[in-house]
Amino acid sequence: MASLAENQGKTQSLRDKAWAVAAKVVDPEIPVLTLEDLGVLRDVRVADDGAIEVDITPTYVGCPAMGIFTMDLETELAKAGFDNVRVKTVLSPAWTTDWISAKAREKLREYGIAPPEGKASRRALFGDETVTCPRCGSENTEKISEFGSTACKALWKCRDCAEPFDYFKCI
Amino acid sequence: MKDLLFAYILRLADDAAILGQRLGEWCGHAPTLEEDIGLANVALDHIGQARALYSYAGEVEGKGRDEDQLCFLRKEREFSNCLLVEQPNGDFAETIARQFFFSAFMLPFWEKMKASKDETLAAIAAKAEKEAAYHLRHSAEWVIRLGDGTEESRERMQDAIELLWPFTGELFEADDTVKVLVAEGVAVDPASIRDEWRETVGKVFGQATLEMPEEGWAQTGGRSGMHTEHFGHLLTEMQYMQRAYPGLKW
Repeated sequence: MASLAENQGKTQSLRDKAWAVAAKVVDPEIPVLTLEDLGVLRDVRVADDGAIEVDITPTYVGCPAMGIFTMDLETELAKAGFDNVRVKTVLSPAWTTDWISAKAREKLREYGIAPPEGKASRRALFGDETVTCPRCGSENTEKISEFGSTACKALWKCRDCAEPFDYFKCI
Repeated sequence: MKDLLFAYILRLADDAAILGQRLGEWCGHAPTLEEDIGLANVALDHIGQARALYSYAGEVEGKGRDEDQLCFLRKEREFSNCLLVEQPNGDFAETIARQFFFSAFMLPFWEKMKASKDETLAAIAAKAEKEAAYHLRHSAEWVIRLGDGTEESRERMQDAIELLWPFTGELFEADDTVKVLVAEGVAVDPASIRDEWRETVGKVFGQATLEMPEEGWAQTGGRSGMHTEHFGHLLTEMQYMQRAYPGLKW
């Protein structure tokens, strides 16, 4: 009969394995970032009934990618042999761009998306923001639209290299 | 108490869902591509908030109704959204005025709701607050751009404000449901937001060279299910799929 410590060790290694699989799932809109990079993956647990429970949190409450995240997590975990998976959406604590790691910001920039600048805060009307062009590094840029290709991005343009680019909104 | 909480969450959900539906009507029709994307994005935020609120309302009610049933299978008189959000899109100025009045209210509303004793409402508020801040900024910038723009854009913006002004009073209405839940530390007292709302609106109108209408008669009724003539038409479109194909899933 396995000792309590052995059982705990088994649960821990199961949890670590599941986390490693979940952590590799990427954002369908920004495939260079994983859910872990984004801070969307909040927790992975082994439940009492042996199921793997995954907590994810939305960047925006209406983010349409949440359904894809859930599907991809279930698929990848099933491939790794986890048949009983429950993906849950948690709202608290509320996600902010501060959760995107420095490494992930660099990956975003290399991919052509300007990472969020500064700390998330309540901004003033017509607030002056400086966004650096992810292609040429110029700060001589202008906002085209508050809204871009997805809820989490805005549309900017570089006045120096003339390239339009996505900016990951700071919220 | 459970009934009151259910009713309260439902009106927040209805506000968000109906405004999301209205904004969604612009998809493919907005004056510029950027605004088309912009209004659809704002719509998406409201629909996301509505989904979280409807799901929670269903849990509180405890009768097994989910977000879809609450949004798509209730009748006109059962909806308790404020009248402002159901007003037609009109021209771009009317859409912007409606969004500006609503967002200027919702930003301080969600800020205060974060302190609610109801943990789920507080969690939804923490998400929605960030989105409301963005909506306020977007709509206020348009109010200024249009108000302080050409002769025609200013006239249209001023007309839109006059048209929708009577519907803003309802935002501050507190019926018995609100009063009881405020006393319990669950709901936000809308009266506590009035000064900030007036200040925001006044400041933006000042910059936009627009005139603030005088306080006057306010049209209310939405919270008790008495809607304007436009609402039934909105519901027929919004609920069509679930009515025509009951239980339809994507």
